Amino acid sequence: MATEPIAAEAVGKCVDSHGSAIGMPQLCFDWFPNQIFWLVITLVVIFLVLSRVALPRIAAILAERQGTITNDLAAAEDLKAKAVEAEEAYNKALADARAEAQRIAAEARAEIQADLDDAIAKADAEIAAKAAESEKAIAEIRAGALESIQQVANDTAAELVTALGGEADVKTISSAVSAQMKG
Amino acid sequence: MATETTAAEGSSLVFHPMDQFIVKPLFGGEVAWYTPTNVTLWLFFAVLAIIGLLVLSTSKRAIVPTRMQSIAELAYGFIYKMLEDICGKEGVKYFPYVMTLFMFIVTANFLGLIPTSFTTTSHFAVTIPLALAVFLTVTVLGFVKNGAGFLSLFWVSSAPLALRPILAIIELISYFVRPVSHSIRLAGNVMAGHAVIKVFAGFAAVAVISPVSVLAITAMYGLEVLVAFIQAYVFTILTCVYLKDALHPHH
Repeated sequence: MATEPIAAEAVGKCVDSHGSAIGMPQLCFDWFPNQIFWLVITLVVIFLVLSRVALPRIAAILAERQGTITNDLAAAEDLKAKAVEAEEAYNKALADARAEAQRIAAEARAEIQADLDDAIAKADAEIAAKAAESEKAIAEIRAGALESIQQVANDTAAELVTALGGEADVKTISSAVSAQMKG
Repeated sequence: MATETTAAEGSSLVFHPMDQFIVKPLFGGEVAWYTPTNVTLWLFFAVLAIIGLLVLSTSKRAIVPTRMQSIAELAYGFIYKMLEDICGKEGVKYFPYVMTLFMFIVTANFLGLIPTSFTTTSHFAVTIPLALAVFLTVTVLGFVKNGAGFLSLFWVSSAPLALRPILAIIELISYFVRPVSHSIRLAGNVMAGHAVIKVFAGFAAVAVISPVSVLAITAMYGLEVLVAFIQAYVFTILTCVYLKDALHPHH
């Protein structure tokens, strides 16, 4: 970037009067002491800064981060174990609840069955009682009917005897009807 | 390299692709060894950028990082892992040195991508000391850690006995070429990319070619962003590999 003219005193073996390089500036040995001097200072400063401040600090940061990551991983492992434990507890509680529910349902079913059996037995007994009563009533009705038939037969016989011009003897007729009905 | 070309239509195309690498004093005067120059300025910016990235961004020490802190942590983890993978546990001791090299090169490279900036890592005067520092450190460390056993690095015990002296010579040469390739690779890559962008920018003076020129600069810039990171990475990984040789010289 030496397009602008440079001070005349800088003109030497390596720079011409227009400020352009003569040959390679890299091979201008006049400038070597200057470059080497400043290079050495630079390197010493960089080395001191790096070895005293920068590198120990970065090493500490990296170590700290490694530690943090390790701790976090351990914590994550713990939490994972806890989660698994909690899941197991949950599953156990679920299984318990299910068993309990089944037990309660079975109990309820047994109770209902017992009630039902009772009710059926009671109903059967009632039905039996009603049937017996009905049979009795039927027997009574049947007996009443026989009696009525005899009465009707007596009356009819008496009427017939009267109509045929006879004298109705109640005793004779009734014994005759009874004899007929037995026969 | 300040090639001057004249375009057919008469307007002069002037290429000064290397002028961007000229070292200039900030306050005038000669460039003496102590003069504050544009090199000083951009090295200073690199220091500021590194402090901003690695120190200020981490000042909150957040467990959940901010974006900047994330980048700082990524850079840290990237180099730390690279060093540990290559050199093993013993290499971790040298982490601040390797991190210094990487952070300096990567920030200097990226600062050099700012238009009108000065790219410090494009200069051999910067990369050669870096490479030499690595070379000398590794050599001294190798002898201190292993004594004469460090020389077994050059004695390939898995090769047939007759070949070993020849291999030793080759290994020795390649060992001493290391700082050269190490430094020229970095400076060369950075310099070449910047110079090419400048050449394309020179062509933008011709109205007909300028759209192509702008596209080419954009494409080159994208490539340079990659190069800026990759060269810093390559420099660092080679440093790690050389360090491994010093710590475990046996093949």
